Amino acid sequence: MRKELEYPFDGEYILKKAKSLRRKLLEDGSVRLKKKIAVLGGSTTHDIIKILDLFLLNQGIEASFYESEFGQFWEDAVFGNEELNAFKPDLVFIHTGIRNIRQFPVLGESSRQVEELLENQYQYFVTAWEKITEHFSCPIIQNNFEYPFYRLLGNQDCADIHGRTSFVTRLNEKFYGYAREHDNFYINDINYQAAAFGLDAWSDPFYWHMYKYTLCLPAIPWLAHNVANIIKSIYGKNKKSLVLDLDNTLWGGIVGDDGVENLEIGPETSMGQVFAEFQGYVKSLKDLGVMLNVASKNEEENAIAGLNHPDGILRPEDFILIKANWEPKSRNILQIASQMNILPDSLVFADDNPAEREIVKQQAEGVTVPEIGKPEQYIRILDHGGYFEMTNYSEDDRKRNEMYKANIQREAQQASFADYHEYLLSLQMKGIIKPFEPMYMARIAQLTNKSNQFNLTTKRFTQAQIEQTAADENFLTLYGKLEDKFGDNGVVSVVIGRQEKNRLHLELWLMSCRVLKRDMEFAMMDTVIAHCKKRGIEEVIGYYYPTAKNAMVKDFYALLGFEKTEEKEDGSTVWKFVIPENYENKNKAIKVEM
Amino acid sequence: MSKEEVFERLNEVFRDVFDDESIVVNETTTSADIEDWDSLEHINLLAAVEQEFGMKFSMGQVVTMKNVGEMADIILSQTKEG
Repeated sequence: MRKELEYPFDGEYILKKAKSLRRKLLEDGSVRLKKKIAVLGGSTTHDIIKILDLFLLNQGIEASFYESEFGQFWEDAVFGNEELNAFKPDLVFIHTGIRNIRQFPVLGESSRQVEELLENQYQYFVTAWEKITEHFSCPIIQNNFEYPFYRLLGNQDCADIHGRTSFVTRLNEKFYGYAREHDNFYINDINYQAAAFGLDAWSDPFYWHMYKYTLCLPAIPWLAHNVANIIKSIYGKNKKSLVLDLDNTLWGGIVGDDGVENLEIGPETSMGQVFAEFQGYVKSLKDLGVMLNVASKNEEENAIAGLNHPDGILRPEDFILIKANWEPKSRNILQIASQMNILPDSLVFADDNPAEREIVKQQAEGVTVPEIGKPEQYIRILDHGGYFEMTNYSEDDRKRNEMYKANIQREAQQASFADYHEYLLSLQMKGIIKPFEPMYMARIAQLTNKSNQFNLTTKRFTQAQIEQTAADENFLTLYGKLEDKFGDNGVVSVVIGRQEKNRLHLELWLMSCRVLKRDMEFAMMDTVIAHCKKRGIEEVIGYYYPTAKNAMVKDFYALLGFEKTEEKEDGSTVWKFVIPENYENKNKAIKVEM
Repeated sequence: MSKEEVFERLNEVFRDVFDDESIVVNETTTSADIEDWDSLEHINLLAAVEQEFGMKFSMGQVVTMKNVGEMADIILSQTKEG
């Protein structure tokens, strides 16, 4: 991640240096997800695409773009055109603004007339969204509307039904209703962005009349940053965990020197209030599914005492791992990543001390370390950074902290068993392995985009594609859920096979690393075979495509008893399994419901 | 600020925006002289110039500006007053 492209960024610098930033990003040798993005604009979009490209590259996504002709967003969406059809977008971003509202109420119109006008404007957009869904069944990102830059009716413009401010507010509410009812449809909230940027500057008419931009040039990085955050979230590239320092980050003062009773936290002082508000914010992040950890230079005992401060909001049990010791923080942070089985690049580290931040940046590669500023700025900087941008909120997100904590407990229990199989039995595991079901589509899509390590083909799917595959009889789809006495792990494994007569081609096989070595992969195999028998399939073909991250499953199919039939120069391999008449189940630890 | 200084600083801005260290601009430089300088890049260029000199071009100025020399004149006239 490049610092120049992280909030708080210097937008003018990004605009000026766009070309060299792009060159440097492409030269850094990282492996990126390739996506095709159609930008359908109601205004000029040239620099928006240019800057969006940078933010996406920074998030690990290499996009190619289709750009509609000037102002042709609706025509492109509704009638399509050859170029767009051939481009086959993975995602459509509709960049429109208040200049694209074709008609506003006029004074004297009845409330029914205004209502009709509103519905009319709304339907104009709905038609575009429906056509896009029909043609491309891909995610859509749609701007809402910014407020008008003048108010004919003064302060009552927002209340009077004839006011443009009122009209925009009501139209926006209709857009939100559509977003609530449709998966794969996301609002880009330019109304909020313009407010945060400053509406007068954002909608400076100079840029419309001069260049047909609906927002001022310096605001483009803001817009692009937000759109990139939504896109990276859709493709499962959100950060997963926030690692926090303690002294002067979660409370004022140094617990080891000052003593718990002298810490600034809680309602007594202004600074105490600031830290309490920040703790409250962090606690809400946990409820969203962000996993919390601590990396602090402290005696553990003091750290725990600080977290038990009666006026604090966070408690020791809100954290999965509390690393309070005198080791370098970079080492603690890398340990946190490995103990949780996640990659360092899914961690965000918050520390008030610039020197500590610098060490972590240099020594713990991949970890994001925002310049969080002063205590009263912590929330804004973490929030506007968009690290945990929410698009699909699944049941799993809500429970994630509990699940990872249960994992740590399991490890403790494992240490007390001499025999691994006995340990597995002691977990009393129950699995559900079934064809994709509607309630899990969001989670399944999320997994296909997030899983990098235990992933044989690394094929990515949007929710719409998952739904299509599930409905297609030629495909065998299976999700696996795993529960044990410490808790429910949720959906952790996904397999997609394509049937070709008596053969099954395994196009996708992935598993969440949090259930490694639990026999879940065997349970999945057993279920695949059971379904194959029902479908009259005799041979199963497996594929392994190497990436920078999936070396751990290089010989996975050998472990399952497949035979290698092909090995290509790029390291990819093909495997075959002939189903024997008496297939013996490999999983002996999980009770499976099919 | 002398006109030479203005050109020196303009050189830096042009080099940043077009990511080309070899660019040298003078009185008569126009968009025809720099390969990537099209109407879309022009927007960016003007914004970067405004940032460099802490001034703003008006619409009237943007519309009539013919070459880098005129750009430098506008910059000089505006920064003098300020």
